Amino acid sequence: MVSFLRSRIHCTWLLLVMATGATFGLRAEGAVGLGAAAATLGIAYAKGRLVILNFMELRHAPLWLRLILEVWLLAVSATILTIYGVSRHP
Amino acid sequence: MFQVLQEPDSVGTVPAKLSAHSLSGSRIPGDKDVWFLIIAEMMTFGVFFVTYMVYRAKDVELFNASQLALNRNLALLNTLFLVTSSWTVAQAVTAARQDRPIAVRGYLLIAISLAVAFMTAKCLEYSIEFERGITATTNMFFTFYFCLTLIHMLHVIVGTVILSVVWMNARRGAYRPGRTVGMETAASYWHMVDLLWIFLFPLLYLLR
Repeated sequence: MVSFLRSRIHCTWLLLVMATGATFGLRAEGAVGLGAAAATLGIAYAKGRLVILNFMELRHAPLWLRLILEVWLLAVSATILTIYGVSRHP
Repeated sequence: MFQVLQEPDSVGTVPAKLSAHSLSGSRIPGDKDVWFLIIAEMMTFGVFFVTYMVYRAKDVELFNASQLALNRNLALLNTLFLVTSSWTVAQAVTAARQDRPIAVRGYLLIAISLAVAFMTAKCLEYSIEFERGITATTNMFFTFYFCLTLIHMLHVIVGTVILSVVWMNARRGAYRPGRTVGMETAASYWHMVDLLWIFLFPLLYLLR
């Protein structure tokens, strides 16, 4: 188990599975509203960053490429949350 | 597209594309041209996500009520399938760099199987919805739901074909240490498919 966790790729997979469970659990517990949306999108952002840096290997890529994907990730997460925040919920 | 999955003939030398992409120690994983395709795809999906949220804002009640008709458990299963297949593809790239050809083929085969499992579960989900009389014309939520998931599914199909080509190349021993650009290109595309689903899952199934 310890040797398994020494690998960045294995840790990334484990974190992705745990984060997926956490988001699903939030919804199953009936968490709604801006706080739940922020948590859900925050987790999606964190998962996306793990994929970009560790699976896509952009950690060692030229800065311009890494920046494009990091900005995309941040912009998509922030825009979705902003539109959610200004939506009129019943 | 499939040409970029091939490796140069020379063995033991740094591939020309690799050195061309290198910049002060940093390196683009895979083929540079395919990265432009990946970025274009991500921008397009980004617009889709924002458009979905804008339409949702116009009728939150309808979107929330319609979302309840979706099968969240199958969506969770599919998320785990994609995340795990991404992991096995990353493992295959590592194995190729370490000159472990049997592991490369094994990991790729698991990734392809998980992709097929994703498509099977998605088709099952669609069939459940069709049985209940839900189609793309039911309302605006389901129009978005079917369009977004079908476009994504198309990417899964393309990704599965690419992974299959890489697997066949791997059987011929095409990928070895220093000759992994083609496999890295396929892996980058497949991770993008995973990344897009990471947002589709909460957007369609969880956010309310």
